[in-house]
Amino acid sequence: MDLLATLQNILSIGVPFSVALLIAGLGEMFNQRAGVFNLGCEGIMAMGAFLAFLPPFFLKAGPWAAYGNLLGLAAAMGAGALLGLLFALVTVSFKAPQGIAGIGLQMLGWGAAGTLFRHFVGGVTGIEGIPTLPIPGLSKLPFLGPVLFNHSVIAYLAFLLVPASWWLLFKTPWGLKVRAVGTYPRAADTLGIDVRRIRYQALALGGAMAGLAGAYLSLCQAKMFADDMIAGRGFIAVALVYFGRWHPAGILFGALLFSLAQAFQLAVQVLGIKFPYEFAVMLPYVLVIVVLSLARKSRMLGPSALGKPFDREMRI
Amino acid sequence: MNKATKTAYGAVVVVLAALVAVAVSSLVLVAIGANPLATFKVILTEPLKDLFGITEILVRSVPLILVALGIAISFRSGILNIGAEGQIQLGIISATLVALFLPDLPKALLLPLALVAGALGGALWGGIAGALKARLGVNEILSTVMLNYIAAQLYSFLLRGPLLDPAEITMGSGTPQSMRFPKAAWLDRIIPGTRLHWGLAVALALAFLVWLLLWRTTIGFKMRAAGAEAKAARYAGVKVERYLLVAMLFAGGFAGLAGAIEATGVHRRAIEGISSGYGFSGIVVALFGGLHPAGIVPAAAFFGLLLLGADMTQRAVGVPANMVLVLQGSIILAIVSARMLANNPYLQDRVGRRLERLLRPRRRATEADLAPEAAASDAAPANSATSATPAPASAAAPAETSDAERGS
Repeated sequence: MDLLATLQNILSIGVPFSVALLIAGLGEMFNQRAGVFNLGCEGIMAMGAFLAFLPPFFLKAGPWAAYGNLLGLAAAMGAGALLGLLFALVTVSFKAPQGIAGIGLQMLGWGAAGTLFRHFVGGVTGIEGIPTLPIPGLSKLPFLGPVLFNHSVIAYLAFLLVPASWWLLFKTPWGLKVRAVGTYPRAADTLGIDVRRIRYQALALGGAMAGLAGAYLSLCQAKMFADDMIAGRGFIAVALVYFGRWHPAGILFGALLFSLAQAFQLAVQVLGIKFPYEFAVMLPYVLVIVVLSLARKSRMLGPSALGKPFDREMRI
Repeated sequence: MNKATKTAYGAVVVVLAALVAVAVSSLVLVAIGANPLATFKVILTEPLKDLFGITEILVRSVPLILVALGIAISFRSGILNIGAEGQIQLGIISATLVALFLPDLPKALLLPLALVAGALGGALWGGIAGALKARLGVNEILSTVMLNYIAAQLYSFLLRGPLLDPAEITMGSGTPQSMRFPKAAWLDRIIPGTRLHWGLAVALALAFLVWLLLWRTTIGFKMRAAGAEAKAARYAGVKVERYLLVAMLFAGGFAGLAGAIEATGVHRRAIEGISSGYGFSGIVVALFGGLHPAGIVPAAAFFGLLLLGADMTQRAVGVPANMVLVLQGSIILAIVSARMLANNPYLQDRVGRRLERLLRPRRRATEADLAPEAAASDAAPANSATSATPAPASAAAPAETSDAERGS
């Protein structure tokens, strides 16, 4: 196998791996820019993956089969937004500490997805899922074709979400409000911005995106559902936001870095280089810790009110 | 509010939170067509039907107590340890290494050595996250979660490779488990014929020691100060970063010990799935027990019941055991919300006044002149008790008192 073919192989596996991390990371970016640290992302993704899987699974042979995937996507994003709002109720209205509340949401989402899955489905079952959509013409390009233009439609959408998120965050009044309530909520409040409302909206958006990320995993990547299929991707997405310095481009870079590392590890195994399988699986998690240790200098660039509940009645 | 009413108020809040959690879980139960009442009845009563069930509850409560004690220390010190699951596994690995490589030591030496090794292994794993937090400011939640995944892979690798029981290879069954420990590394059973072991006594003794540590020593005071308000503690000369690390070492050590005790007391070998979520349930137990040893011990017994009961729901009412995760998740969400509401000085004062009015409506009517004094003297201890947030309390108290005066 020559080098170029190997590289093409790694890239064309790695790029689709990055999609779920990218969508969830961008959603989490909105949460954190608004000042809320949502660790429940993992649980929302589990719920999204399960709810997206359910309609295509039930409608497999029926007359509505064509709408299964669409229904699944809608259900995943709707449930994600609802779970985001639940988290907003707990952390914004009740002002609960966000870290531990996030772990609670993670357990709730993960447990509910597992319980419902065992009841309605039982065992691991494959679904058709969303087929890949090679872009006519472009997908025939040598090297670039298979790497960039031979993925599912959600993958293209995810990469379009990067500039879209940038525009939403930095070029619209709503984005300015999000950044304001995450940086200095008291000043935002003085200017008449409803801090609670903006945080609720950001959490609903972030939740919907986490749900979509989960849906991508079950509909496009694995084409099935299993209890533990999220495998920490939600937590990695949270870490990516730190790594990417709360900027869409940084998050895109981080997501690609992680998934390429994972694709590289798979390629190494395929090449027959002796390496215990478990250590290969460990790699992305070790990478997160290394990356977080190196990324600390970016702290001052982050939203300064991150993790602090806002109470307009409190004195400073 | 005086101290007694405050404790009662706190207890009521916890019970209300539990009820909300039950309601949320019932939604999921209704979604899968199960009867919530029947399910909770199975969970809460089925395990209590015989001696075996009761001992099994206690067996489960031992790791829960230990893990929750460690988590309480870390939470009180202002560092959130989510990594107990990984620390348990490191504890099992260390205890297994000691038990299998020093089989000829006498019991009086080998067993304590294995337990200490387990605690050290867990402390090492927790210490990594603590050091990263103290030195580099790495978010401890993310690092401990990642360390959990890493530990799970390490554990799985060791059980399938270097530590795999040679008998499994010759028999060809290939169950990933270690060799059986030598008898000298066994923690004895309290009641022969059941799995209840002396780890329970160790856990209870440690619960008392943790209380001593946190409320009767300087280290404990400094740790709690660092957790309550890092800035103020630093200003008072507490080396906050050092105590974060110390807290994580303790938290990891307790989780590691829980793993070592589970291996030497229950299974007598390292097996796959030994911790089965104790690391996460421990968080719920610690919160449910109010981050205090005296609350953690009964909370652990209660969650031992829940975990055992949840295992029985599949057979009895067809509800998957994952249901317990839903319950735990909603309990966490409900409790953290309720604690914030409970600690809200405005709400506290309002509820306190309501209670007072409810408790002695007649006396107030006849001795109207005494009421303002009573209200004022009750407001004072409430102020000192909520000294962590003095500004709103003191700002609110005069207004509340004058309200009460006007009311009477």
